[in-house]
Amino acid sequence: MRVLSRVLAILVCTTALLCSPAAQAGGSIMVAAAADLKFAMDEIVAAFRKTRPDDRIEVIYGSSGKFHTQIQQGAPFDLYFSADIAFAKSLESEGFAASPTRPYAVGRIVLWSNSRDASNMKLEDLLDPTIVKIAIANPRHAPYGRRAEEALRSAGLWDKVQDRLVLGENIAQTAQFVQTGNAQVGIIALALALNPTLVKAGGYALIDDALHEPLEQGFIVTRQAASKPLAVAFADFISGPEARDIMVRYGFVLPDEASTN
Amino acid sequence: MMPAFSSADWAAVWLTFKLAATTTVILMIVGTPIAWWLARTRSKWKGPVGALVALPLVLPPTVLGFYLLVAMGPHGPVGKFTTWLGIGTLPFTFPGLVVGSVFYSLPFVVQPVQNAFETVGERMLEAAATLRASPWDTFFTVVVPLAKPGFITAAILGFAHTVGEFGVVLMIGGNIPEQTRVVSVAIYDHVEALEYAEAHVLAGGMLVFSFVVLLMLYSRKGAKVWK
Repeated sequence: MRVLSRVLAILVCTTALLCSPAAQAGGSIMVAAAADLKFAMDEIVAAFRKTRPDDRIEVIYGSSGKFHTQIQQGAPFDLYFSADIAFAKSLESEGFAASPTRPYAVGRIVLWSNSRDASNMKLEDLLDPTIVKIAIANPRHAPYGRRAEEALRSAGLWDKVQDRLVLGENIAQTAQFVQTGNAQVGIIALALALNPTLVKAGGYALIDDALHEPLEQGFIVTRQAASKPLAVAFADFISGPEARDIMVRYGFVLPDEASTN
Repeated sequence: MMPAFSSADWAAVWLTFKLAATTTVILMIVGTPIAWWLARTRSKWKGPVGALVALPLVLPPTVLGFYLLVAMGPHGPVGKFTTWLGIGTLPFTFPGLVVGSVFYSLPFVVQPVQNAFETVGERMLEAAATLRASPWDTFFTVVVPLAKPGFITAAILGFAHTVGEFGVVLMIGGNIPEQTRVVSVAIYDHVEALEYAEAHVLAGGMLVFSFVVLLMLYSRKGAKVWK
């Protein structure tokens, strides 16, 4: 019994310590971001915080569809970056946004491999019988998966490769299936293929964007962040030159440039 | 209203049943000797082996999923072995899910059987031995009938726990219809695709199924569910 009460006492003390609010000068926001932003957004946040070291920005990466549902159900996200602008617009129309939906980038899909040279690959090369598994994101809810399906259909390959497809829950898991070698080739976001770890591998080949609908991506400031100046400041920063440079470096096409061609 | 139960959902239900049944059969075969050894041994390894078997009770499924994905992949030891055997790599296949489920549900089968073996007791075995029953004879004619409730509990728990598996499947499954898209993953997909009506049908089904299973378990006369 004495041991038990001692353990309990320690537990209570630790809990109290962990829960006590740390002295914090700056603001704090939580951002839900599509998985393709993983590396670009990390850099953008670092750049933003250079001038505002006291502010905390927590970014959670995942699938756009899941975040859409979570925000509808009151998830504590202050900004929502969706890989499909339609998800952001739908939240806006349902009254979950404090800002109009703003486009921030257009994504591109690429063929990528960890085990073979993919830099000159074409979609037709997927018919190569040594490619046992092809990873794409789930077309039912992942925007990158939808575009991958469209591209494969336009190329007349969908039916031929379907029994070799494995579906990632989001685009980052899709890349991970290829990185671990469990799938030989994947159709992933250019933004992920360009990140330092993956770019060293077998290389990537852009998929002609005429084969699929554009991957227009958009973000909103959510309703619950309406009175948070930090959320608004971060939203403005995203549209600024520094963040745009980072986006371009990670292979995103900027929305206004996309509309001109 | 659209029918909220598609043929793809049926496929997921059937696949889940198949996975749980296969896993349970394998676990009864693999788990029984382990349980017997754990119940009888005085070895110093009893503690470590018991802890190893119980690990999936406390480990996050992501740990299991991550290690399995890496180990069964083409660069992992298991993957190299299965490739050498000529059956390719296991992730994204039904056999791969079975392997994952066997690990995941192992304690749910071993522990009830082990408890049942322990309650059989030394004296029964000694009595059988004095009557010149061979160890195998003793096991099948004395131990198994006495431990029957433990076997039933183990089978039910092993089956139900495999049906409830999600994290491991999400990590090593790849969401392939009729191969790795089990009910829990299908529900997740429906929710992500904002198809709440479809999600409700499957989720409600799971709720009823799980309740009925536990009801069976807890209503059995004199059944000891968990030690």
